[in-house]
Amino acid sequence: MSNSRAFIPLIAFLVLAGLFYFVLMKMNKGEYNPRDIPTEFIGRPAPSIDLPNLLVENDRVKSSDYAGKVWLLNVWGTWCPECWKEHEYLMYLSRQGVPILGMDWRDDKDDAIDFLKQKGNPFVEVGFDPNSDAAIDWGVYGAPETFLIDAQGIVREKHAGALHPQVWQEKFAKYFQAQKPTE
Amino acid sequence: MRFILREITVVKALVLLLGLCIGSSALARIDTYEFSDPEQEALFLDLTRELRCLVCQNQNIADSNAELAQDLRRKTYEMVSKGQNKDEIVEFMVTRYGDFVMYSPPFNATTLMLWVGPVLIFVFAVAMLVRIIRRRPSTNDRLLSEEQRQRAEKLLNQTEEK
Repeated sequence: MSNSRAFIPLIAFLVLAGLFYFVLMKMNKGEYNPRDIPTEFIGRPAPSIDLPNLLVENDRVKSSDYAGKVWLLNVWGTWCPECWKEHEYLMYLSRQGVPILGMDWRDDKDDAIDFLKQKGNPFVEVGFDPNSDAAIDWGVYGAPETFLIDAQGIVREKHAGALHPQVWQEKFAKYFQAQKPTE
Repeated sequence: MRFILREITVVKALVLLLGLCIGSSALARIDTYEFSDPEQEALFLDLTRELRCLVCQNQNIADSNAELAQDLRRKTYEMVSKGQNKDEIVEFMVTRYGDFVMYSPPFNATTLMLWVGPVLIFVFAVAMLVRIIRRRPSTNDRLLSEEQRQRAEKLLNQTEEK
Protein backbone atom coordinates (compact mmCIF):
# COMPACT_ATOMS: atom_id res chain seq x y z
CA MET A 1 0.00 0.00 0.00
CA SER A 2 2.63 2.48 1.08
CA ASN A 3 4.82 1.32 -1.79
CA SER A 4 2.25 2.10 -4.44
CA ARG A 5 1.65 5.52 -2.80
CA ALA A 6 5.23 6.50 -3.47
CA PHE A 7 4.46 6.38 -7.19
CA ILE A 8 1.63 8.91 -7.04
CA PRO A 9 3.87 11.98 -7.55
CA LEU A 10 5.67 10.25 -10.39
CA ILE A 11 2.41 9.32 -12.07
CA ALA A 12 1.07 12.85 -11.59
CA PHE A 13 4.25 14.21 -13.11
CA LEU A 14 4.06 11.90 -16.11
CA VAL A 15 0.39 12.69 -16.73
CA LEU A 16 1.08 16.43 -16.62
CA ALA A 17 4.19 16.12 -18.78
CA GLY A 18 2.16 14.12 -21.29
CA LEU A 19 -0.60 16.72 -21.31
CA PHE A 20 1.82 19.60 -21.80
CA TYR A 21 3.60 17.74 -24.57
CA PHE A 22 0.29 17.04 -26.30
CA VAL A 23 -0.75 20.70 -26.14
CA LEU A 24 2.69 21.81 -27.31
CA MET A 25 2.48 19.51 -30.34
CA LYS A 26 -0.92 20.92 -31.19
CA MET A 27 0.40 24.45 -30.81
CA ASN A 28 3.24 23.65 -33.19
CA LYS A 29 0.62 22.65 -35.72
CA GLY A 30 -0.98 26.05 -35.32
CA GLU A 31 -3.82 25.08 -33.00
CA TYR A 32 -4.62 26.79 -29.69
CA ASN A 33 -3.09 29.94 -31.05
CA PRO A 34 -4.11 32.80 -28.73
CA ARG A 35 -4.16 35.05 -31.77
CA ASP A 36 -6.80 32.89 -33.43
CA ILE A 37 -9.90 34.54 -32.13
CA PRO A 38 -12.88 32.49 -33.26
CA THR A 39 -14.98 34.55 -35.61
CA GLU A 40 -18.51 35.28 -34.61
CA PHE A 41 -19.75 35.41 -38.17
CA ILE A 42 -19.73 31.81 -39.35
CA GLY A 43 -23.31 30.94 -40.23
CA ARG A 44 -24.48 34.52 -39.83
CA PRO A 45 -25.45 37.03 -42.51
CA ALA A 46 -22.47 39.01 -43.74
CA PRO A 47 -22.35 42.66 -42.66
CA SER A 48 -22.99 44.90 -45.63
CA ILE A 49 -20.10 46.81 -47.16
CA ASP A 50 -20.32 50.28 -48.61
CA LEU A 51 -16.87 51.76 -49.11
CA PRO A 52 -15.21 54.22 -51.49
CA ASN A 53 -13.63 52.46 -54.48
CA LEU A 54 -9.84 52.54 -54.24
CA LEU A 55 -9.28 52.49 -57.98
CA VAL A 56 -12.29 54.38 -59.36
CA GLU A 57 -12.93 57.94 -58.24
CA ASN A 58 -16.41 58.74 -56.95
CA ASP A 59 -17.47 55.12 -57.10
CA ARG A 60 -18.52 52.91 -54.20
CA VAL A 61 -17.92 49.25 -53.55
CA LYS A 62 -21.06 47.56 -52.26
CA SER A 63 -21.47 44.01 -51.05
CA SER A 64 -25.07 44.05 -52.30
CA ASP A 65 -23.66 43.79 -55.85
CA TYR A 66 -22.44 40.30 -54.98
CA ALA A 67 -25.75 38.88 -53.80
CA GLY A 68 -26.44 35.44 -55.28
CA LYS A 69 -22.75 34.66 -55.78
CA VAL A 70 -20.17 32.82 -53.77
CA TRP A 71 -17.41 35.35 -53.18
CA LEU A 72 -14.40 36.08 -51.03
CA LEU A 73 -13.69 39.14 -48.96
CA ASN A 74 -9.97 39.67 -48.51
CA VAL A 75 -8.77 42.23 -45.97
CA TRP A 76 -5.28 43.48 -46.77
CA GLY A 77 -2.90 46.41 -46.59
CA THR A 78 0.46 47.22 -48.12
CA TRP A 79 1.84 47.52 -44.55
CA CYS A 80 1.19 43.85 -43.92
CA PRO A 81 4.01 41.45 -44.90
CA GLU A 82 1.75 38.39 -44.99
CA CYS A 83 -0.40 40.17 -47.59
CA TRP A 84 2.63 40.47 -49.87
CA LYS A 85 3.24 36.76 -49.38
CA GLU A 86 -0.35 35.89 -50.11
CA HIS A 87 -0.69 38.10 -53.17
CA GLU A 88 0.58 35.60 -55.70
CA TYR A 89 -1.92 32.99 -54.56
CA LEU A 90 -4.76 35.50 -54.77
CA MET A 91 -3.66 36.20 -58.36
CA TYR A 92 -3.87 32.48 -59.05
CA LEU A 93 -7.36 32.24 -57.52
CA SER A 94 -8.59 35.20 -59.51
CA ARG A 95 -7.34 33.56 -62.73
CA GLN A 96 -9.38 30.50 -61.70
CA GLY A 97 -12.42 32.75 -61.70
CA VAL A 98 -12.87 33.19 -57.95
CA PRO A 99 -14.46 36.59 -57.31
CA ILE A 100 -12.48 38.38 -54.60
CA LEU A 101 -13.54 41.66 -53.13
CA GLY A 102 -10.59 43.48 -51.59
CA MET A 103 -10.79 45.61 -48.48
CA ASP A 104 -7.74 47.84 -48.28
CA TRP A 105 -7.52 48.42 -44.56
CA ARG A 106 -5.78 51.32 -42.82
CA ASP A 107 -3.58 51.91 -45.79
CA ASP A 108 -2.02 54.75 -47.69
CA LYS A 109 -4.09 55.20 -50.83
CA ASP A 110 -1.18 55.85 -53.21
CA ASP A 111 0.85 52.95 -51.80
CA ALA A 112 -2.10 50.63 -52.31
CA ILE A 113 -2.68 51.74 -55.90
CA ASP A 114 1.04 51.35 -56.68
CA PHE A 115 1.06 47.89 -55.11
CA LEU A 116 -1.76 46.68 -57.34
CA LYS A 117 -0.23 48.31 -60.43
CA GLN A 118 3.13 46.67 -59.89
CA LYS A 119 2.09 43.25 -58.62
CA GLY A 120 -1.21 42.85 -60.43
CA ASN A 121 -4.76 43.18 -59.18
CA PRO A 122 -6.50 39.97 -58.07
CA PHE A 123 -9.63 41.82 -56.91
CA VAL A 124 -12.88 42.41 -58.74
CA GLU A 125 -13.18 45.63 -56.76
CA VAL A 126 -11.26 47.16 -53.88
CA GLY A 127 -12.95 49.10 -51.11
CA PHE A 128 -10.81 51.63 -49.27
CA ASP A 129 -11.20 51.53 -45.48
CA PRO A 130 -8.68 53.90 -43.87
CA ASN A 131 -10.56 54.28 -40.56
CA SER A 132 -11.52 50.64 -39.90
CA ASP A 133 -15.22 51.41 -40.39
CA ALA A 134 -15.93 48.26 -42.38
CA ALA A 135 -13.13 46.31 -40.67
CA ILE A 136 -14.74 46.73 -37.25
CA ASP A 137 -18.10 45.74 -38.75
CA TRP A 138 -16.52 42.48 -39.83
CA GLY A 139 -14.70 41.89 -36.56
CA VAL A 140 -11.34 42.16 -38.30
CA TYR A 141 -8.35 42.36 -35.97
CA GLY A 142 -5.44 41.71 -38.28
CA ALA A 143 -4.51 41.31 -41.91
CA PRO A 144 -4.77 39.35 -44.04
CA GLU A 145 -8.15 37.90 -43.24
CA THR A 146 -10.31 36.15 -45.78
CA PHE A 147 -14.03 35.47 -45.51
CA LEU A 148 -16.18 33.30 -47.76
CA ILE A 149 -19.73 34.46 -48.34
CA ASP A 150 -22.24 32.13 -49.97
CA ALA A 151 -25.01 32.89 -52.45
CA GLN A 152 -27.48 33.55 -49.63
CA GLY A 153 -25.15 36.17 -48.15
CA ILE A 154 -24.14 33.97 -45.20
CA VAL A 155 -20.51 33.93 -44.02
CA ARG A 156 -19.35 30.32 -44.29
CA GLU A 157 -15.60 30.39 -43.68
CA LYS A 158 -12.92 32.64 -42.36
CA HIS A 159 -9.18 32.37 -42.45
CA ALA A 160 -6.80 34.64 -40.54
CA GLY A 161 -3.35 34.80 -42.13
CA ALA A 162 -2.09 34.28 -45.64
CA LEU A 163 -4.10 31.99 -47.91
CA HIS A 164 -2.23 29.01 -49.28
CA PRO A 165 -3.23 25.91 -51.26
CA GLN A 166 -3.65 23.70 -48.18
CA VAL A 167 -6.07 26.07 -46.45
CA TRP A 168 -7.85 26.57 -49.72
CA GLN A 169 -8.41 22.84 -50.15
CA GLU A 170 -9.48 22.37 -46.53
CA LYS A 171 -11.83 25.28 -46.13
CA PHE A 172 -12.75 27.05 -49.33
CA ALA A 173 -12.50 24.85 -52.41
CA LYS A 174 -15.68 22.87 -51.73
CA TYR A 175 -17.93 25.91 -52.06
CA PHE A 176 -16.70 26.57 -55.58
CA GLN A 177 -16.79 22.95 -56.71
CA ALA A 178 -20.38 22.59 -55.56
CA GLN A 179 -21.33 25.70 -57.46
CA LYS A 180 -19.89 24.87 -60.84
CA PRO A 181 -22.09 21.96 -62.01
CA THR A 182 -25.28 23.92 -61.41
CA GLU A 183 -24.12 26.83 -63.51
CA MET B 1 30.55 63.08 1.16
CA ARG B 2 30.39 65.61 -1.57
CA PHE B 3 31.06 62.88 -4.09
CA ILE B 4 28.11 60.87 -2.79
CA LEU B 5 25.86 63.89 -2.93
CA ARG B 6 26.78 64.48 -6.52
CA GLU B 7 25.95 60.90 -7.33
CA ILE B 8 22.56 61.30 -5.74
CA THR B 9 21.82 64.35 -7.86
CA VAL B 10 22.81 62.43 -10.96
CA VAL B 11 20.45 59.61 -10.00
CA LYS B 12 17.72 62.13 -9.28
CA ALA B 13 18.21 63.72 -12.67
CA LEU B 14 18.04 60.34 -14.35
CA VAL B 15 14.87 59.42 -12.51
CA LEU B 16 13.36 62.74 -13.46
CA LEU B 17 14.35 62.24 -17.09
CA LEU B 18 12.86 58.76 -17.11
CA GLY B 19 9.70 60.14 -15.55
CA LEU B 20 9.46 62.75 -18.26
CA CYS B 21 9.88 60.15 -21.00
CA ILE B 22 7.21 57.89 -19.53
CA GLY B 23 4.94 60.82 -18.83
CA SER B 24 5.15 62.20 -22.34
CA SER B 25 4.61 58.81 -23.97
CA ALA B 26 1.60 58.27 -21.74
CA LEU B 27 0.24 61.61 -22.83
CA ALA B 28 0.94 60.87 -26.47
CA ARG B 29 -1.58 58.06 -26.66
CA ILE B 30 -4.49 59.93 -25.22
CA ASP B 31 -6.55 61.21 -28.06
CA THR B 32 -8.74 64.14 -27.25
CA TYR B 33 -12.39 63.31 -27.15
CA GLU B 34 -14.76 65.93 -25.87
CA PHE B 35 -18.02 65.15 -24.22
CA SER B 36 -20.86 67.53 -23.54
CA ASP B 37 -22.22 65.18 -20.92
CA PRO B 38 -20.07 63.98 -17.98
CA GLU B 39 -22.11 60.77 -17.82
CA GLN B 40 -21.16 59.95 -21.38
CA GLU B 41 -17.55 60.65 -20.59
CA ALA B 42 -17.70 58.25 -17.65
CA LEU B 43 -19.32 55.60 -19.85
CA PHE B 44 -16.61 56.07 -22.48
CA LEU B 45 -13.82 55.68 -19.91
CA ASP B 46 -15.57 52.67 -18.41
CA LEU B 47 -15.99 50.96 -21.79
CA THR B 48 -12.46 51.59 -23.02
CA ARG B 49 -11.17 50.01 -19.84
CA GLU B 50 -13.37 46.95 -20.23
CA LEU B 51 -12.81 46.31 -23.92
CA ARG B 52 -9.77 44.31 -24.91
CA CYS B 53 -7.35 45.37 -27.58
CA LEU B 54 -7.33 42.45 -30.00
CA VAL B 55 -3.87 43.20 -31.35
CA CYS B 56 -1.98 43.45 -28.07
CA GLN B 57 -4.17 41.11 -26.15
CA ASN B 58 -3.16 41.91 -22.62
CA GLN B 59 -4.13 45.53 -22.85
CA ASN B 60 -7.48 47.19 -22.88
CA ILE B 61 -8.26 49.67 -25.61
CA ALA B 62 -7.77 52.58 -23.21
CA ASP B 63 -4.12 51.62 -22.65
CA SER B 64 -3.25 50.35 -26.07
CA ASN B 65 -1.89 52.51 -28.81
CA ALA B 66 -2.33 49.90 -31.53
CA GLU B 67 -4.06 51.30 -34.57
CA LEU B 68 -7.04 49.03 -34.20
CA ALA B 69 -7.38 50.11 -30.56
CA GLN B 70 -7.40 53.74 -31.67
CA ASP B 71 -10.16 52.97 -34.15
CA LEU B 72 -12.13 51.01 -31.56
CA ARG B 73 -11.85 53.95 -29.19
CA ARG B 74 -13.14 56.23 -31.90
CA LYS B 75 -15.98 53.83 -32.64
CA THR B 76 -16.82 53.69 -28.93
CA TYR B 77 -16.73 57.46 -28.77
CA GLU B 78 -19.08 57.77 -31.74
CA MET B 79 -21.54 55.34 -30.23
CA VAL B 80 -21.40 56.94 -26.79
CA SER B 81 -21.93 60.42 -28.16
CA LYS B 82 -24.88 59.16 -30.18
CA GLY B 83 -26.42 58.33 -26.83
CA GLN B 84 -26.18 54.55 -27.00
CA ASN B 85 -26.03 52.82 -23.64
CA LYS B 86 -23.46 50.40 -22.31
CA ASP B 87 -25.36 47.23 -23.15
CA GLU B 88 -25.85 48.30 -26.75
CA ILE B 89 -22.19 49.11 -27.24
CA VAL B 90 -21.02 45.91 -25.53
CA GLU B 91 -23.41 43.90 -27.69
CA PHE B 92 -22.10 45.65 -30.81
CA MET B 93 -18.53 44.67 -29.92
CA VAL B 94 -19.35 41.13 -28.79
CA THR B 95 -21.32 40.29 -31.96
CA ARG B 96 -18.27 41.33 -33.97
CA TYR B 97 -15.35 40.18 -31.85
CA GLY B 98 -16.90 37.62 -29.50
CA ASP B 99 -16.68 37.33 -25.72
CA PHE B 100 -12.93 37.66 -26.05
CA VAL B 101 -13.28 41.40 -26.57
CA MET B 102 -14.49 41.77 -22.98
CA TYR B 103 -11.68 41.93 -20.48
CA SER B 104 -13.64 40.07 -17.84
CA PRO B 105 -15.30 37.15 -19.58
CA PRO B 106 -19.03 36.59 -19.02
CA PHE B 107 -20.22 33.68 -16.91
CA ASN B 108 -21.63 31.04 -19.27
CA ALA B 109 -21.23 27.38 -20.22
CA THR B 110 -17.94 27.86 -22.08
CA THR B 111 -16.35 29.97 -19.37
CA LEU B 112 -17.68 27.90 -16.46
CA MET B 113 -14.34 26.20 -15.74
CA LEU B 114 -12.56 29.52 -15.97
CA TRP B 115 -14.62 30.89 -13.10
CA VAL B 116 -15.19 27.75 -11.05
CA GLY B 117 -11.84 26.02 -11.67
CA PRO B 118 -9.69 28.06 -9.26
CA VAL B 119 -12.29 27.66 -6.50
CA LEU B 120 -12.36 23.89 -7.02
CA ILE B 121 -8.58 23.66 -6.91
CA PHE B 122 -8.52 25.75 -3.73
CA VAL B 123 -11.14 23.57 -2.03
CA PHE B 124 -9.23 20.44 -3.05
CA ALA B 125 -5.96 21.89 -1.72
CA VAL B 126 -7.54 22.83 1.64
CA ALA B 127 -9.10 19.37 1.96
CA MET B 128 -5.72 17.71 1.31
CA LEU B 129 -4.03 20.02 3.81
CA VAL B 130 -6.57 19.19 6.51
CA ARG B 131 -6.14 15.49 5.86
CA ILE B 132 -2.36 15.68 6.13
CA ILE B 133 -2.44 17.77 9.31
CA ARG B 134 -4.93 15.43 10.97
CA ARG B 135 -2.86 12.40 10.19
CA ARG B 136 0.38 13.78 11.55
CA PRO B 137 0.05 13.21 15.38
CA SER B 138 -0.76 9.53 14.98
CA THR B 139 2.38 8.91 12.90
CA ASN B 140 4.47 10.81 15.46
CA ASP B 141 3.23 8.56 18.26
CA ARG B 142 4.40 5.49 16.50
CA LEU B 143 7.85 6.88 15.82
CA LEU B 144 9.40 4.90 18.73
CA SER B 145 7.92 1.97 20.59
CA GLU B 146 7.89 2.06 24.41
CA GLU B 147 10.80 -0.35 24.51
CA GLN B 148 12.86 1.72 22.06
CA ARG B 149 12.10 4.89 23.97
CA GLN B 150 13.41 3.43 27.23
CA ARG B 151 16.58 2.29 25.51
CA ALA B 152 17.14 5.68 24.03
CA GLU B 153 16.67 7.31 27.41
CA LYS B 154 19.20 4.97 28.93
CA LEU B 155 21.74 5.77 26.26
CA LEU B 156 21.22 9.51 26.69
CA ASN B 157 21.64 9.28 30.45
CA GLN B 158 24.86 7.35 30.00
CA THR B 159 26.47 10.09 27.94
CA GLU B 160 25.37 12.70 30.47
CA GLU B 161 27.07 10.85 33.31
CA LYS B 162 30.39 10.88 31.51
